[in-house]
Amino acid sequence: MMTTQNETLPTERKPLDMRRFLDDWVMLLAAIGIFLACTLLIDNFLSPLNMRGLGLAISTTGIAACTMLYCLASGHFDLSVGSVIACAGVVAAVVMRDTNSVFLGVGAALVMGLIVGLINGIVIAKLRVNALITTLATMQIVRGLAYIFANGKAVGVSQESFFVFGNGQLFGVPVPILITIVCFLFFGWLLNYTTYGRNTMAIGGNQEAALLAGVNVDRTKIIIFAVHGVIGALAGVILASRMTSGQPMIGQGFELTVISACVLGGVSLSGGIGMIRHVIAGVLILAIIENAMNLKNIDTFYQYVIRGSILLLAVVIDRLKQR
Amino acid sequence: MHAQVQTQHSGGSLRFNRIGKTFPGVKALDGISFVAHPGQVHALMGENGAGKSTLLKILGGAYIPSSGELQIGERTMAFRSTADSIGSGVAVIHQELHLVPEMTVAENLFLGHLPASFGLINRGVLRQQALACLKGLADEIDPQTKVGRLSLGQRQLVEIAKALSRGAHVIAFDEPTSSLSAREIDRLMAIIGRLRDEGKVVLYVSHRMEEVFRICDAVTVFKDGRYVRTFDDMSQLTHDQLVTCMVGRDIQDIYDYRGRPRGAVALRVDGLLGPGLREPISFDAHKGEILGLFGLVGAGRTELFRLLSGLERSTAGRLELRGHELKLRSPRDAIAAGILLCPEDRKKEGIIPLASVAENINISARGANSGLGCLLRGIWEKGNADKQIKSLKVKTPHAGQPIKFLSGGNQQKAILGRWLSMPMKVLLLDEPTRGIDIGAKAEIYQIIHNLAADGISVIVVSSDLMEVMGISDRILVLCEGALRGEVSRDQANESNLLQLALPRHRAGGVAN
Repeated sequence: MMTTQNETLPTERKPLDMRRFLDDWVMLLAAIGIFLACTLLIDNFLSPLNMRGLGLAISTTGIAACTMLYCLASGHFDLSVGSVIACAGVVAAVVMRDTNSVFLGVGAALVMGLIVGLINGIVIAKLRVNALITTLATMQIVRGLAYIFANGKAVGVSQESFFVFGNGQLFGVPVPILITIVCFLFFGWLLNYTTYGRNTMAIGGNQEAALLAGVNVDRTKIIIFAVHGVIGALAGVILASRMTSGQPMIGQGFELTVISACVLGGVSLSGGIGMIRHVIAGVLILAIIENAMNLKNIDTFYQYVIRGSILLLAVVIDRLKQR
Repeated sequence: MHAQVQTQHSGGSLRFNRIGKTFPGVKALDGISFVAHPGQVHALMGENGAGKSTLLKILGGAYIPSSGELQIGERTMAFRSTADSIGSGVAVIHQELHLVPEMTVAENLFLGHLPASFGLINRGVLRQQALACLKGLADEIDPQTKVGRLSLGQRQLVEIAKALSRGAHVIAFDEPTSSLSAREIDRLMAIIGRLRDEGKVVLYVSHRMEEVFRICDAVTVFKDGRYVRTFDDMSQLTHDQLVTCMVGRDIQDIYDYRGRPRGAVALRVDGLLGPGLREPISFDAHKGEILGLFGLVGAGRTELFRLLSGLERSTAGRLELRGHELKLRSPRDAIAAGILLCPEDRKKEGIIPLASVAENINISARGANSGLGCLLRGIWEKGNADKQIKSLKVKTPHAGQPIKFLSGGNQQKAILGRWLSMPMKVLLLDEPTRGIDIGAKAEIYQIIHNLAADGISVIVVSSDLMEVMGISDRILVLCEGALRGEVSRDQANESNLLQLALPRHRAGGVAN
């Protein structure tokens, strides 16, 4: 028999596969490299004040990127997250103004995020409408609702206890940064150690095969978007707390920043590839570079050009790597 | 600008001189030498991975050989690109045709050198030239039709017409009949015969023995990238000799059939109707039985499987599994009941290419083996993957290897491993060995036999007659969406199965 002569039963895993190691970790190493370069080259970069600012800048993108990872890994994406962030802040502020209850305000904001996510998920999974169109539509609907609820202007918050989310500290670390770290850990764990996480990857890798293998494709997709809605709303609540008001105009174009961060870190736009360390790397790189440019007083207009160029470079390198 | 019908390229033999091709780490071709003569149809045969496709790619200019040279007549060829190859009078008709579906037949025929003046296409001239091209080959095709509207067989004819319009002298066909109907195959055979009579060099790559014996004048066999032997006299060659030469062993031991006692009815299908089925279908599949389902392309085999696996909903009829009525609304229902499907198109419907072998094996069974219904249990995951890899002899460097890097046979084994991790009552196999080399085939047949011996009811769809006859206890034949008959193992032979499988009105013409 021709197979018996070179029968190789599965051998033990090789101790270190350089290529795979690089594929998995290169962007995170790049982020650390950029961080070290900035500490050496830029005065005040490492100052506590700047580190705090950097951490806060990471937090909003980082939280939303955690669940955007799931959307991307399943082969979809979500454009409505920027609007959800704004609307969540507004809903929280309005409900707190009317009921004077922080609990109800935050709860209402999260429920709003859940509903938007469920609508996205059900339309995409059950009605099989393209995610681009679905979330483009909800992006505008939710943005409009934010303006309607807020009556077109920022809604101030007077409840002191609400500011804990944005301005509180634990052991000297701002609460938003702690929440971000918890999100990274939790969603990273979820992706690798639960059926939900693995099913998400399977759907992005080959939806047809996942369906035939018995994965509940529709339900998984709906959960992905529902969770993303809730987490987007959480990011919105934290942002509103930091700014002590719900602002309906905030977060325009934010969805693209989040998607950029994921893709920059190595998450595939076509699904099936994605890890939490990709997200962390992408978010870090974008935030560090923006922070460095601010410290160097680089004009905002140039910042757009630089950010775009970095993203383009990252995806081109990724493409070349796959050859 | 090119002249519409180019000069005929000089005749002569096509000679491969010690052609070698090395890819990083793999020797795909190793010193291949043989001659294909004009006025002959020369078959290239061998298992998958034997090197036939690589050789055709070198001939077509897609690959540059690492060593050796090609000769046509007296001239030595060094193709650097596909354009070089076409320019030298070589045409390779690939399995996936290179036509633009949204453009018309005429445009496709002359793509790259459309008749034009000052950039404006001259529609009248284009039509005339296209008609001239198609004449005698496919007179019924209107050059104005979009290629997307043509049947696969017609598209192939357009591709042949294109090759001839460029004055091809060497024409190579890569598995040309794999998706053609019986009538289209007849027509293609007639055209190939004509090309031979016109003194062309025709290379014919196919797995189908009956075609090779029907049309070819010589056969060259490859194995593992090496030349094995050329048979010049087809009348002296038997089917078994050829297979033995390809495999390096006797054909009987591939199937390794062993009889088993037949158990009670496992799956009862009663009057099932649904998309793709023309008449209600009823049959029983017993415990411990291997039931073959044979039929030509379009007979409704895959459609029947889609109904049985819950992918499509039936419009009428009932299913009974071990005495209990079954209602299937999704693949999940079928899987929960123990009816498991290995789909026909492994790449599209079977594997998750980027995920690891372990992931691909564990995906279905992990739900039942997780904590609280969602937390993965690492020990179970690793243990199950290793167990399946070991018992099915999946060749992979480690369980974490992305499955897309495995060969087709090993991917198929991993999918079998996925189902072997589950409680199984009925296993549906749709073309389980398509695109798999003979060594792995034998292993898969072994697995099928073992499952049946354990009391599983196995239903195998296959368009490979030898395979159906080789492994089945009983064979059902489908034709045009209806069940046409049932043949027991001892009564089955090629002609009675084909008689049943062929649509009635043209049964006589194609049976041999």
